[in-house]
Amino acid sequence: MSAIAEPPVLAAPNDGIKPGEVLLEVRNVSLAFGGVKAVTNISFDVRKGEIRAIIGPNGAGKTSMLNVINGFYHPQEGEIVFRGEKRRRMQPYEAAASGIARTFQNVALFKGMSTLDNIMSGRTLKMKRGFLWQLLHYGPARDEEIENRRKVEEIIDFLEIESIRKTPVGKLPYGLQKRVELGRALAMEPDLLLLDEPMAGMNLEEKEDMSRFILDVNRQMRTTIALIEHDMGVVMDLSDRVVVLDYGKKIADGTPDAVKNNQDVIDAYLGVAH
Amino acid sequence: MDFLHDILLRPFMDMAAQPDFFIQVIWEGFVAGILYALIALGFVLIYKASGVFNFAQGIMVVFAGLTLVGLHEKGVPAWLALILTIGVMALLAVCIERFVMRKLVAQPDIILLMSTIGMTYFLVGLGEFVFGGEPKQMITSELGLPTGSTAVEFGERGLIIFQHIDIAAAVIAIVMVAALAVFFNRTRIGRALRAVADDHQAALSVGISLNQIWAIVWFAAGIVALTTGIMWGARSDVSFALEIVALKALPVLILGGFTSIPGAIVGGLIIGIGEKIGEIYWGPLVGGGIESWLAYMIALIFLLFRPQGLFGERIIERI
Amino acid sequence: MFYREVGQFKTSYAADQQVFPIRQDRIGVAVILLVALVVVPWAGNDFFLSAIAIPFLVLALATIGLNVLTGYAGQLSLGTGGFMGVGAYACYKLVTLFPDAPIVLHVLLSGFAAAALGIVFGLPSLRIKGLYLAVTTLAAQFFFEWCFIRVPWLYNYNASGAIEVPGRSMFGVTLTGPSASSTARYYVVLLVVIVLTVLVKNLIRGRIGRQWMMIRDMDIAAELMGVRPLHAKLSAFAVSSYLCGVAGAMFVFFYLGAAEPSAFSVTLSFQVLFMAILGGLGSLVGSFFGAAFIWILPILLRWGMPLVGMPLPSETVTQLTSMIVGALIIVFLILEPHGLARLWQIGKEKLRVWPFPYA
Repeated sequence: MSAIAEPPVLAAPNDGIKPGEVLLEVRNVSLAFGGVKAVTNISFDVRKGEIRAIIGPNGAGKTSMLNVINGFYHPQEGEIVFRGEKRRRMQPYEAAASGIARTFQNVALFKGMSTLDNIMSGRTLKMKRGFLWQLLHYGPARDEEIENRRKVEEIIDFLEIESIRKTPVGKLPYGLQKRVELGRALAMEPDLLLLDEPMAGMNLEEKEDMSRFILDVNRQMRTTIALIEHDMGVVMDLSDRVVVLDYGKKIADGTPDAVKNNQDVIDAYLGVAH
Repeated sequence: MDFLHDILLRPFMDMAAQPDFFIQVIWEGFVAGILYALIALGFVLIYKASGVFNFAQGIMVVFAGLTLVGLHEKGVPAWLALILTIGVMALLAVCIERFVMRKLVAQPDIILLMSTIGMTYFLVGLGEFVFGGEPKQMITSELGLPTGSTAVEFGERGLIIFQHIDIAAAVIAIVMVAALAVFFNRTRIGRALRAVADDHQAALSVGISLNQIWAIVWFAAGIVALTTGIMWGARSDVSFALEIVALKALPVLILGGFTSIPGAIVGGLIIGIGEKIGEIYWGPLVGGGIESWLAYMIALIFLLFRPQGLFGERIIERI
Repeated sequence: MFYREVGQFKTSYAADQQVFPIRQDRIGVAVILLVALVVVPWAGNDFFLSAIAIPFLVLALATIGLNVLTGYAGQLSLGTGGFMGVGAYACYKLVTLFPDAPIVLHVLLSGFAAAALGIVFGLPSLRIKGLYLAVTTLAAQFFFEWCFIRVPWLYNYNASGAIEVPGRSMFGVTLTGPSASSTARYYVVLLVVIVLTVLVKNLIRGRIGRQWMMIRDMDIAAELMGVRPLHAKLSAFAVSSYLCGVAGAMFVFFYLGAAEPSAFSVTLSFQVLFMAILGGLGSLVGSFFGAAFIWILPILLRWGMPLVGMPLPSETVTQLTSMIVGALIIVFLILEPHGLARLWQIGKEKLRVWPFPYA
């Protein structure tokens, strides 16, 4: 094991919000598909600098909640306040532009592209040179490309995936794909990073690696993280605060210890005799 | 103003002025629509069972028609030619399953579509190689199909002409749809077919043979193609030009949805009648001939408002 | 043995991001360019230039156009022939309206007409995806074909309904029309194709090309990374149609000499689609392979079979070509969906590690 790489020096989020203040607030959000209620009247907040976990049994509406936050689903009721700005209907690319990045439950990498290109794709919003410069691929456009490549290489170093830089991601084992996906989200230099089951399907070593990366991202890059995870050990160790969903409703919210001892949560997970 | 008048009022005034002609136009469109629907039907069968967007359905129609007529030209009696053609379609189905579909299982949709485009070109080359490229006369009367026509009086001086072959086409189409419905819903193979359509792997796991089902489906589509070929051939002739016409099955499917047999019928009729009316009443305003693209435009405009088709349900995307 | 990258170290990201990072590749490209620029016009006779080299280059450009849309941006198009026609008719109108401007300028400008229409017919791609989109492009195809027949203004009210290329010259050299030499036409086509290929390559390796591939590989994830589908898809439609339009203009002005609407039928669309599939979707070099293969196969059959004692009538050649191409499409989709380009790549990999079977 080599020495732990220094996390990349990325632009520190500078949005006038001090650590510990509310970065994202979900207010009374309800979402339904036809007659099926995915989430009902959910409210919680994410504070700047923390790791916030969203947990709950299968079908509790966790992923739907993330989809609402980054604009992929539009809730019928309620609103999202991000960095003090209220919004109701927002397109996913607008959410990305406002500083929300995300990984997916089932890896959603760009299969036809290499690791490098996948992570470069996270820099899309950081690249501004127009069509004509792109055509020439010269001067400013090339400088910009190389400048962003440098950032991406820092992330590649941080995630220790130098050797698979030019491998098509489709050929990578699952654990590495998850890591590349994290890299892609990091390349966006987000204010808020949403992780949908970052450790699903991993073995113990891979989980430990991923936990370390998540902690480093949070502590050293000061990125606020909201994550969904099933591994309770991981959740309790990593997160500062936990919100628990069950059947689309919020049943608990608080520190890991408080949530662990909450009777509703125990019932939801272990089942309760009626 | 004149232009608006021509577009918005004149065509309707024309319709009202000559209702017998209007009904005739609708009837013509209806029959064309049935043939579109038949092509779309063969397509739906395959799409349902294997998720393959079968571009080759049009050329299968031509190929079946050519084989039938070609065999008859070689001196084979009509009934025997029909049976032999059915045999050829069965052979074709087995070959397609054996050499194409089986090898391409679980590939992306677009690859499967392209393979059927490749199939189309192969069959065009093969058909022309064996039977020659020039149009042929369909052996309508030899097959015992009616050839006459009936004129029905309408109103005081109106006259509507019904070709008997068109009526036969409508009847045969209805019979075929009914037969397919029974086949799908009442037989063991039909049930297996629906199972395969829902989920390939689950069907495999309960012991259904995918290969067998696919061969059967392609054969069924071949029979539908043969019927379409006979009907279409009887109305005009059997030629490769039909291949372009058969592309109109695509807009039909867009309207009706890729998996719905009633959708194929309704979509076919809408396109058939819609493009005839458009051609006759609005076509002259822009120089005529708009039949060649009207169907696609109708489908396109329709798609913009209802991307899931007439009978489809809204798909919720998940990530 | 010669094809090794041993000892070629990259010390900057710029060097690492070159199009041809391996020195031997750069030499190879230089040789190919030299052959194309010097040897072919010098050694090739009029038949070779007019009937093989020029149409091959033009169709390769059209294939690149289709590849941008289908191979890179993942939007299936069956309307390539129609967009080529738009380019051809636009060029014809430009030549009529501004007879004194240089013809190459007309050709390059005519692509913009195709690009504009490409954007219009690309708009539905924002709501409809995949196979449904094929219908949109077919709508474009048949609508354009209809326009070429029914809008007399497009062909200057000619009685024949066809467009005929007038003689035009630049710098004292006749480039179009019956009296233009095949060498002159070849050079114009070659230069246009080289320049446009380089520009497209630049787009593809930069931000814009990456956005196209993001949309192709996973449109939802692309949106969540900040790609605006509107921009990505319409830019692909515009660039693709531009290239097809320029190819169509050159097809008429430097190859056919005169064209009827049927020259741009759906058959041409399929022909170009096959070139893209056989060559390899998502590969520029594959576009050249595919175009060469499909264009030259019937010529080989026509001229080669008599040499081995089996002369074929021309309709048989057409039929055989159709069967062979159809069968090959299927074979390639089964064995190597990435086409000739991937075979080329595999060949190079094998050469790199030769004489060992694995690296």
